[in-house]
Amino acid sequence: MRKIISYLPEEAGAYKNLRGKEYLNFIAKFFGEGEKSYDMVQRGLEIANLRERINDKVDTYSKGMTRRLLVGRALMANPKLAILDEPTSGLDVVNAQEVRRIINGAVEAGTAVLLSSHNMLEVELLCQRIALINDGIIIASGTAAELKKEYDAGNIEEAFVKAIR
Amino acid sequence: MIGNIIKKEFKELFVLSTIIPIVVIAIVYGSVGNMIGNIGETMKEKPVIGIVDMDDGTFSDIAMSVLTDRAEIIYEGSDVEEGLEGVRKENGVALLVIPENFDQNIHDNNPGEIEIYWIMRGVGMMDSISSGTVEGLIQAVNQEISKTLIQQDSSSDPALVLAPTTRIETTFFKGKEIEGVSPGALGNMLMSQSIVIPIVVMMLIIMAGSSVISSMGLEKENKTLETLLTMPVRRSHIVIGKMVGSALVGMIMAAIYMIGFSRYMASFQSSGVNLADFGLALGIQDYLLVGISLFTALLAGLALCIVLGTFAKNYRSAQALIFPITALALISAFIVMFKDFDTIPIALRLLVFAIPFTHPMMAMRALMLDNYSLVIGGIAYTAVFTVVMVGIAVRIFNSDRLLTGTVTKRVGLRRLVWGLRR
Repeated sequence: MRKIISYLPEEAGAYKNLRGKEYLNFIAKFFGEGEKSYDMVQRGLEIANLRERINDKVDTYSKGMTRRLLVGRALMANPKLAILDEPTSGLDVVNAQEVRRIINGAVEAGTAVLLSSHNMLEVELLCQRIALINDGIIIASGTAAELKKEYDAGNIEEAFVKAIR
Repeated sequence: MIGNIIKKEFKELFVLSTIIPIVVIAIVYGSVGNMIGNIGETMKEKPVIGIVDMDDGTFSDIAMSVLTDRAEIIYEGSDVEEGLEGVRKENGVALLVIPENFDQNIHDNNPGEIEIYWIMRGVGMMDSISSGTVEGLIQAVNQEISKTLIQQDSSSDPALVLAPTTRIETTFFKGKEIEGVSPGALGNMLMSQSIVIPIVVMMLIIMAGSSVISSMGLEKENKTLETLLTMPVRRSHIVIGKMVGSALVGMIMAAIYMIGFSRYMASFQSSGVNLADFGLALGIQDYLLVGISLFTALLAGLALCIVLGTFAKNYRSAQALIFPITALALISAFIVMFKDFDTIPIALRLLVFAIPFTHPMMAMRALMLDNYSLVIGGIAYTAVFTVVMVGIAVRIFNSDRLLTGTVTKRVGLRRLVWGLRR
């Protein structure tokens, strides 16, 4: 099961004494050896897109770079389902946009992404189906257009506020 | 201003997690000290000895007078075998035999011979205190004879006046009869087993344990543990991987430490002594048993550290959790250094046996004296301890405790076994 589901926690970190590429290698070896592992790392490198900095120690990465590495880690195994918790939380505009691009790319490649976020605008931008959760209970679900129509809202953030009232 | 900062620092550092280990250590040390006893009191006590006087001369009478005055005599007769039996039965230190020609030898300007049959019970530092008091008795005998020689005949050989007696020593130690060696000399020969090995094992446990607990603290602090737990790998493999990795690091660090420390200790040891001459040499199978004992104790320590490490919230709290391991390793090392397993009170013996780190510390000394049951029993106990600890660790890794910090289910024995198989 853990081979087909990938999980990226909100506050996840990477081993600081490893280099970016070493970290991807370490994770890839849990999924297979040899060519399989090599291909997975190549995919991870491509997704993280850290260029020459991939050979630097994780300790020297900015928050955005670490997050891109971790998103690369989460998606490089081509999981059937990727659970991403607040994938762009605390990132600057450029890095946040890069992470969203990566997520969209994974979805196009066939991975189902379950994304959890407090950023309703990001949810609207990325998700095909949305479930609004309040106090642990789903209070509404549907596509962005359906939710906006249901609550007569201009965006999902507004729809959420109206839904919990 | 400063007061405000001091108050903040104090509140931050003076927390239960740092106080409890210190309190526990203090209580354990206090209890161990009480159980071992007081060196000063032991030294004040009269040594318990037996005497066989086969001579009936002036000097033997002087010797007898000094001995009866300053020691507790539990046997006084003429039969060596009977005397030895009596000393053994009454927990005496030695049987002193004054042979027939004692007086005549001194009159002939030759030192009088005193045969000493030592009954040695342990090779810990404190075990040699009672034999040290007997050494003091012999000195007193020499002094009295010297005084008499000076008073009686001023033409005596000065060398004889300074050393009027010589000793012929035999030490009985755990079924072995070792001729020509006193307990002090034997203790010195076994110094590497008594001091170097306990300290090296202690350092190995502390260093490897510290590595694994710190690793757990860092995993929590860097938020890498959650990711590791979602990987397609058995939780038992994560636990074992952490243990073996830390064991290797600990062994390398202990080896570096051992090189320096053994060279330091070598300067205190008497050179040119061959333990094989006294039937104390170890064979290949003995070294193998020592290795197995060390390896199982290391695994036991690391498994315990992993369990403790699961309570770490971050690197700093992990450092506090190393205290119990350090305390246990220190207690083991000190007890082994100062006392022999067979000479400590039964309650302390149980405590020592229960601490898995003690077994490799005692193993080499026990094997020298052919005490295989203690070593093999220790290995078996340590192996069981390790399996239980690994089971608990795997169970914790399988639960939500590492992620949520709470335990949701009771850990039962069946679950432990199930946890190990998973």
